[in-house]
Amino acid sequence: MRKVVGLILLLVLVAFLVWGVLLIHPFGYPPSDMDDYIIDNAQEQTANNNVVASVVFDYRGFDTLGEATILFTAVTGVLLLLRTLKRREESS
Amino acid sequence: MLSKIVRTVANQLIVFILIFGLYVIAHGHLTPGGGFQGGAVIVSGVVMLLVAFSSKELKKSLRERVLSIMESTGALIFVALAFAGIGTAFFYNLLVGTPIFGRIPAPGPNPGDFWTGGVIPLMNLAVGLKVVAGLSAVVLALALFASGEEVEE
Repeated sequence: MRKVVGLILLLVLVAFLVWGVLLIHPFGYPPSDMDDYIIDNAQEQTANNNVVASVVFDYRGFDTLGEATILFTAVTGVLLLLRTLKRREESS
Repeated sequence: MLSKIVRTVANQLIVFILIFGLYVIAHGHLTPGGGFQGGAVIVSGVVMLLVAFSSKELKKSLRERVLSIMESTGALIFVALAFAGIGTAFFYNLLVGTPIFGRIPAPGPNPGDFWTGGVIPLMNLAVGLKVVAGLSAVVLALALFASGEEVEE
């Protein structure tokens, strides 16, 4: 019974994912001016050969700041949680 | 703690892993990679040491308090570099055109020059420091917790 339910859920998930993949836009569509602008101007404006790095750290720097904040929060949470557990064990 | 063969090989291999990680971090503005990726490479070396030696051995040389301070320092340098260009805009690349990392490369494909990129190499170094310290602290804390050792700070 559990196997049948699991199989049905798996098939539903696979169908959902395939549906999502089929609905995806073709590569490079819709065309936008932003990527052309970045490709044309990144080397002059950021003095950077690696355009990906210039997008990540310069044009979309805010995004990287959020990413760094996520990592910081995760590390803080793990250290805090493990320390709390240790103290509770000592007190009990 | 694993056998002597594993420990010896890990001892020799960690040098190359550290060099490769530092290379990926330092050349983030020229080649694929950057602070996050190079930091993950270095942390994989730390995990290798953690598996080969025990977490008790590694605790002697890697202190979580120091790792915490390193991580905060990296984050602060990153935000400070972002705020350095606040005169024009947040995250403005103010080192372009200056002698420090400021050479502007020729448009189109070119072999690359290390002294390019403005603040991006410095940000890569800051993020690399942050990722190395943060992920090492997490891995070390989890290993110490699993082995029943005391996690300090």
